[in-house]
Amino acid sequence: MFWKLRLPLALTFIVGLVPIVTFFLSTQAPVIGPAVQFARDRVERYMVIIAGFALLLGVVSVVQGSVRKIERRRPGWPFAASLLAGLVVMGAFGILSAMRVGPFQGLLTAPDGGMTPFFWMTRNLFNPLQAAMFSLLAFYIASAAFRAFRVRNVEATILLIAAFIVMAGRTPLGEYAFGWLPGGERWLPAVTDWIMTVPNAAAQRGVIIGAALGAASLSLRVILGIERSYLGTTEK
Amino acid sequence: MSQLIGVWVAAFLTLCIFSFLYRDNPFFRFAESLFAGVSLGYYIGIVAVNTLVPNLINPLFGDFGANAHLLIPLLLGLNLYTRFIPRIAWLARISLAVYIAYYIGINMVQKIQGEIVPQVGSTILHPIGGVMTPVDNLILIVGVLAVLIYFYFSIEHRGAVGAVSRLGVWFLMLGFGAAFGYTVMGRVSLLIGRMNFLFIDLVRITGQAL
Repeated sequence: MFWKLRLPLALTFIVGLVPIVTFFLSTQAPVIGPAVQFARDRVERYMVIIAGFALLLGVVSVVQGSVRKIERRRPGWPFAASLLAGLVVMGAFGILSAMRVGPFQGLLTAPDGGMTPFFWMTRNLFNPLQAAMFSLLAFYIASAAFRAFRVRNVEATILLIAAFIVMAGRTPLGEYAFGWLPGGERWLPAVTDWIMTVPNAAAQRGVIIGAALGAASLSLRVILGIERSYLGTTEK
Repeated sequence: MSQLIGVWVAAFLTLCIFSFLYRDNPFFRFAESLFAGVSLGYYIGIVAVNTLVPNLINPLFGDFGANAHLLIPLLLGLNLYTRFIPRIAWLARISLAVYIAYYIGINMVQKIQGEIVPQVGSTILHPIGGVMTPVDNLILIVGVLAVLIYFYFSIEHRGAVGAVSRLGVWFLMLGFGAAFGYTVMGRVSLLIGRMNFLFIDLVRITGQAL
């Protein structure tokens, strides 16, 4: 019980207080100044390193899942193989680039001005795949808007009118389409700006303040050991 | 030659993704899984180059004596992976507790000092004057309060509270509408970029190489 629950909870409390306490203390303070400096510099560096390892945790899970799928020849296993191939090649290029082995001299350009293999992969595989994948949504936006508009209530109407004005007001096509109206080339951008700076700002501020209050209270619950789901347990 | 191969690979993968517009098919699924794998590999490279090598590997191999203390984060980092060994999976909780606690502590300070205080300040400090008209300032203050009341679930949204909460929903819909408009524009500009690549860059680079 101590090792599995109480120790992690005690560590959460102690380590969680470090950034909060050091935020209020000066590094110039007579006795505690050096300790504050230590906490700010060294602990922060430690955490950056641990965060690096934590980010790679997901990679292990994906590799495990894909290998299992290939071993058991589950439906779609060739796609798991292509996922693994992309991961292994790109990951290996990244690690070799970090160690600066042979032609793998960093992430971007090599000393001779050419592209490093990692950059070649980024430019010709990662970037086009990412852009094409996200641009697919452009084709489905129209049907999504149609479905939203079919819900005939005030809220959906407000959403669509705001979206329409913002899109029309921020593109040359909108200016062209409404330019024939008296003062059309002026009022549309003006209305768009007003929506963005007044009602949109109010909504965004409300969301930001509400979410930040929620996040701060969740932080407090974690530090005080009330919220424990991140440890994979709800034991008391 | 490397550039020519690169643009044709990029063009093939772009067309594989766009083939989904017809229907789900093996080309799309191949490109989709390749994208997932390449993305993970990309982040491995970024983490290795920007985080682990400069902060851990280089200092440890450069001057071990002066940097032996870095063994602490190294062990805590490696300890995270014990979660994949069922018998000692609980050990990972120690590293997880340290890691989560530090960032949640930072998060708390950042949220209060960097978001709540400045946002409340910008809303209420200059109700008359500043860059906006008094009417716009009033709309802004009413909007922020209405949205906050909509998010306040400790009282039932009935009567006057319900009316203000409904007003908050309208403000939220205006905000979501504006965000929707920006998302559409962003995705359409990505599509234009891909079309430019297929119809201009690909043809130009192939023509230059041949």
